[in-house]
Amino acid sequence: MTEFLQQLVNGVTWGSVYALIALGYTMVYGILRLINFAHGDVYMLGAFMGLYASRWFHAGEDPSPIKALLVLLTSMILCALIGMVIERLAYKPVRKSPRLSALITAIGVSLLLENGGVLIFGASPRFFPQIVAQKNIELGMGVVLSNQQLIVLVVSFGLMLALRWLVLFTKVGKAMQAVSHNHMAASLMGISVDRIITFTFMIGSALAAAAGVLVALQSPKIEPYMGILPGLKAFVAAVLGGIGNIPGAVVGGLVMGIAEVLVTGYISPSYRDAIAFVMLIVILLVKPAGLFGKAVTEKV
Amino acid sequence: MKLRHGLLFAALGATLLAAGCGGAGGGKDDLVVGVYGSLTGNDATFGESTKLGVDLALSELVAAKQGKIGGLTVRTVVEDDQGQAAEAATAVKKLISQDAVMAVIGEVASSRSLAAAPICQEAGVPMITPSSTNPQVTQVGKFISRMCFIDPFQGTVMAKFASSNLGLKKVAILKDVKSDYSVGLSQFFTEAFTAAGGTIVAEQAYQSGDQDFSAQLTAIKAKAPDAIFLPGYYTEVGLIARKARELGLTCPILGGDGWESEQLIEIGGEALNGAYYSNHFAVDNPEPKLQEFLKNYRAKNGKDPDAIGGLAYDAANVLFSCLEKFAAEDAAGFKSLGASHAGTPERKAAMEKLAGLIAATKDYAGVTGVITLDENRNATKPAVVLEIKGGKKVFNTSINP
Repeated sequence: MTEFLQQLVNGVTWGSVYALIALGYTMVYGILRLINFAHGDVYMLGAFMGLYASRWFHAGEDPSPIKALLVLLTSMILCALIGMVIERLAYKPVRKSPRLSALITAIGVSLLLENGGVLIFGASPRFFPQIVAQKNIELGMGVVLSNQQLIVLVVSFGLMLALRWLVLFTKVGKAMQAVSHNHMAASLMGISVDRIITFTFMIGSALAAAAGVLVALQSPKIEPYMGILPGLKAFVAAVLGGIGNIPGAVVGGLVMGIAEVLVTGYISPSYRDAIAFVMLIVILLVKPAGLFGKAVTEKV
Repeated sequence: MKLRHGLLFAALGATLLAAGCGGAGGGKDDLVVGVYGSLTGNDATFGESTKLGVDLALSELVAAKQGKIGGLTVRTVVEDDQGQAAEAATAVKKLISQDAVMAVIGEVASSRSLAAAPICQEAGVPMITPSSTNPQVTQVGKFISRMCFIDPFQGTVMAKFASSNLGLKKVAILKDVKSDYSVGLSQFFTEAFTAAGGTIVAEQAYQSGDQDFSAQLTAIKAKAPDAIFLPGYYTEVGLIARKARELGLTCPILGGDGWESEQLIEIGGEALNGAYYSNHFAVDNPEPKLQEFLKNYRAKNGKDPDAIGGLAYDAANVLFSCLEKFAAEDAAGFKSLGASHAGTPERKAAMEKLAGLIAATKDYAGVTGVITLDENRNATKPAVVLEIKGGKKVFNTSINP
């Protein structure tokens, strides 16, 4: 029992990271009907920005919660800017073209970021400094939660709630909803569609950056290709929850994380990556719209 | 873009030539030694140390004999395989066909040595792996030899150490299923440890490149082992050790020579204190030959070598001494090892003779111990067990074959 509960804790922690990445996929899809394949690479950039930020703030030598927060925020802001640049330079020029052009552009951007990363950061892995001193928290029944896992959970769920508030209760959030329904109608209502799209990319990229830093906190090896697999899995998570649907992405991410950990712990780690894609196939066969595909009308 | 690439290659070529010839200029009839390794990638210190070890041996040859053996200049060509088996095969093919090497030194990881060895064997080019310990590597053929002990011995060493020295009864294994080294070593450890009366309470696996190990470690924790045997490479070892401590697993962690890297402690940090692993040498061994090597290595590279560097240094020196012997015995045949004779039957015969000389290495006093190759071209040497204490690797015991 203890083992199972511990596995659930591990799964939820890992799943919340997928959820953060999946949110970016789902938001961009909701607004543009575009699968942004470069999203996983923004997550990678987030981890690297975090690495440089923690060097800048000397967060590794002298860890403090404020520095850790600064590292997280710096990485999120830088990646939001990168997200903006990507949208303006790569996606905006092809927005009126067929959807296939945009999709291929996305793959191109992804390759550019990965190989540009190899050029700039080098192909060998780097190691994220321990910006939070490690401590364990006993949850009872022998289940242990490390403070790093706790940070991952608190930060990711905090960000998800903040996003929900942003989308539902702010002017810009309502504008995002409007744009997701119909670009033309939204622009007739006086909404600057271009700006909203850019804003969506910035938010999505900032969330991916947060995921990158949170993963680096727990599993400190970072390298330019680290975004490929988590990116694909988060995409599957977004499809699982119903792409375009925000709560769906969160649930999809958690399901993915828990499924992976249970498969690794109880069956074999060789199936760890397979499970995500088996899930994708099953969803597409059984419920193509995903778990929350139709039931919820709120779309971004 | 094309122009830039051209310049890059020209610069690279110039650097390699300069490094190889010590400024003597690259004549056509050089003795070219190919070195391949993971200069980048998941275990980049393996390739880096190999290269530095070979470089040091070559720079000593340059200092002593202007880098010449039997009238021919020795130079090296280094290829990066990025830590991937497929790239290792490509690198060795390129070394043989384009650079006309007459011998190859490389790899550390057994999976990559196993990918390259059949190519060397087929082409009849002697290959010395300084530090691949999987027994299958030299079974590829008579052109392949090694400078280190093999995993059946290493597995027994750690099993003996776990059961007699540490008095452990229940051990869990966490191995890398993608690595021939890891799979082989855990099998040999299991055999020796169960024969000594211990039990393996859990056997979990991961794949190199994995980011998260919490699921496997949670499953191991549920079995409450006395220790974890972790026969992987240093990057994953460091990450796994940290994760184990986060999950509240406090038992000692044991491993093999795949741990040997200057980055091990950097990655694993405090989590590795109290861990033990088997290795090829201990830097605190007072042996004069080793201390001399350490001094020279530090002077040249500004840091301590790891055993991987020591073995590469030995591999290069064994090769040089075999070349000296060859040149003394048969000066005419020796000349055909030069790069300009590539593809000739005389050169093929000379390389075969060189492989024979390497295989006959006997009582060579290297920095990693006395090297004598057995009939399977494996070295028989004692292993040392290092303990990690306060972020330092400390000699614990030495176990003889």
